[in-house]
Amino acid sequence: MSPTRFTGKVALVTGAARGQGRAHALALAAEGADLILCDIGAGEAGTIGTLPYALGSEEGLAETAGQVRALGRDALTCTADVRDSGQVDGAVAAGLERFGQIDVLLANAGIASISRIEDMPDAMWREMIDINLTGVFNSLRAVAPHMAGRGYGRIVATSSIVGRQGSPNIGHYVAAKWGVIGLVKSLAIELADRGVTVNAVAPTSVDTEMIQNEGFWRLFLPDAEQIREQDVRDAYTALNPIPIPWLQAADVSHSVLFLASDEAKFITGEVLPVALGWNARNAS
Amino acid sequence: MERFAEKIVMVTGAGRGQGRAHALRFAGEGAHLVLCDLPAARGDAELDPPATVPYELSKPEDLEETARQVQALGRRAVAMGADVRSLEQMSAVVAEAERALGPIDVLVANAGICTSNPLPTMSVQVWQETIDINLTGVFNACRAVIPGMIERGHGGRVVAIASMAGRAGWENIGHYAASKWGVIGLVKSLALEVAPHGITANVICPSSVNTTMMHNDSSYRLFRPDLENPTREDVLPAFASVNVIPVPYVEPEDISDGVLFLASQEAAGITGATLSISAGVNALNI
Ligand SMILES: NC(=O)c1ccc[n+]([C@@H]2O[C@H](COP(=O)([O-])OP(=O)(O)OC[C@H]3O[C@@H](n4cnc5c(N)ncnc54)[C@H](O)[C@@H]3O)[C@@H](O)[C@H]2O)c1
Ligand SMILES: NC(=O)c1ccc[n+]([C@@H]2O[C@H](COP(=O)([O-])OP(=O)(O)OC[C@H]3O[C@@H](n4cnc5c(N)ncnc54)[C@H](O)[C@@H]3O)[C@@H](O)[C@H]2O)c1
Repeated sequence: MSPTRFTGKVALVTGAARGQGRAHALALAAEGADLILCDIGAGEAGTIGTLPYALGSEEGLAETAGQVRALGRDALTCTADVRDSGQVDGAVAAGLERFGQIDVLLANAGIASISRIEDMPDAMWREMIDINLTGVFNSLRAVAPHMAGRGYGRIVATSSIVGRQGSPNIGHYVAAKWGVIGLVKSLAIELADRGVTVNAVAPTSVDTEMIQNEGFWRLFLPDAEQIREQDVRDAYTALNPIPIPWLQAADVSHSVLFLASDEAKFITGEVLPVALGWNARNAS
Repeated sequence: MERFAEKIVMVTGAGRGQGRAHALRFAGEGAHLVLCDLPAARGDAELDPPATVPYELSKPEDLEETARQVQALGRRAVAMGADVRSLEQMSAVVAEAERALGPIDVLVANAGICTSNPLPTMSVQVWQETIDINLTGVFNACRAVIPGMIERGHGGRVVAIASMAGRAGWENIGHYAASKWGVIGLVKSLALEVAPHGITANVICPSSVNTTMMHNDSSYRLFRPDLENPTREDVLPAFASVNVIPVPYVEPEDISDGVLFLASQEAAGITGATLSISAGVNALNI
């Protein structure tokens, strides 16, 4: 492993305003990549009515870009809702105009909401599939012709450990994350003869706003009046054979960068569980 | 970049092929190596080299050569003839290595054989030897190394080599497939048991790798049953037809990249996982 595995490379990261997307962007920049950073942007966030937390902001996206530049790399920010293929294609076009190439795509943007299937409103199901599955499709399709044409590309999508099994209360999320894996494996086959690899990571809980909110905490402590992070640590820890409650976003970046590196050139259609051993209890 | 400076890494089946490649890559990143492969024949049926393998396995000189190459990289190497079928011999390697080099930080359970035979007519000996080496051999290596890792309390890493035949069925190598599925079940269970001790255990699943295991008459006939004496040129397209990325095989060093990643600090959050380095064969599967 060299500390400059991504020198001369350009990476597009969706959901880059914070969380894992930001961590991956900074890890890539630290190893030499220039970045195209996308997130949903202000205003749009309000249209996602089914989430127990707020989405990433314009300021967050600008902050990620600033941190990339502080590492000496170039960053282009694009406001794009991954549900809208036109907006995603626009971000790719803007990136290509600025940098001339896209070597790496991290399809990371996603949401999480909570409902049992029997109670789930149509809007919640549809929003989930639109963002967490169709959003990944839109992102993959937007870069695939360019990468295939150049004969080089590395795509890493973010699924989840619950994309490898069932889980109550988040059936729509589980379905979308399984879907991501099917999509990744299929595109991997389609692009295998053109130098493009397509893989996924399947993380366990990660310490980001997606799970650090009262809505998710309440799944573990339904009757508590007030809940703080420290109250749920043990419950989150119990999910993981390696006894810690959650990964840090940068822990996932190591695996994402490995799959995006030239060291992984013969790994494609693969799902790497970065899951503190949760996966040891299933087939993945 | 030295991810393994002064670490002690044990590799089984280190005489050649993938085992040698892993040893050299670890040495290149600062590790000292404990190397084992089959001992010389002793005229004792129980301890003699495997009898059902239709290609030559490593000889003691091969293991010496791996050790020499590790030393040429400026690292220390302990090389011992030891059969993975014997827990006693595995324990002796661990004891000698830990005396000479220090406690083992990383185990790469790599030794294996591949023979072909249809199951309906397979002899018990063919079945048994594959299970003994490919499955019980991984158990023995883990069994010899893990208690020390737990006792020392500094964590550790196990990487076992299974195969894409450990993710699907395959005609004519049912015993091999069973042994490699077994390795995955073994390692997932081990991962759960040792997780509280900071030890991770993972599996790499290659498809074809450019080693003697692929390049021998028996393997060539398996891939080209239509030819009497298939040559290397005859089999390359057949090898490639199995893979999704259109290459006949990957190189041992491509597997090393995954082994070193899983053994590194960067993979501390990954355990009980299988990583397919298989030119995409896994894309057709779970
Ligand atoms: N946090 C976890 O425990 C966890 C576990 C497994 C997988 N994941 C997955 O990891 C990925 C990253 O999540 P995170 O943990 O960093 O959470 P996060 O909420 O901090 O980050 C997600 C980002 O995606 C953006 N986004 C959401 N919808 C979008 C849309 N329609 N268009 C563009 N951008 C959009 C958000 O604004 C946000 O910035 C997600 O795909 C998530 O499902 C998270
Ligand atoms: N070559 C491939 O196409 C391929 C594909 C998938 C998996 N694998 C696996 O990779 C591993 C390494 O194989 P390789 O490709 O380097 O083949 P190889 O035949 O070159 O190396 C295997 C080594 O294991 C040693 N060995 C065999 N039986 C032993 C025993 N009882 N005790 C100690 N050592 C023993 C052999 O002497 C040899 O040095 C094996 O587990 C194999 O099953 C290989």
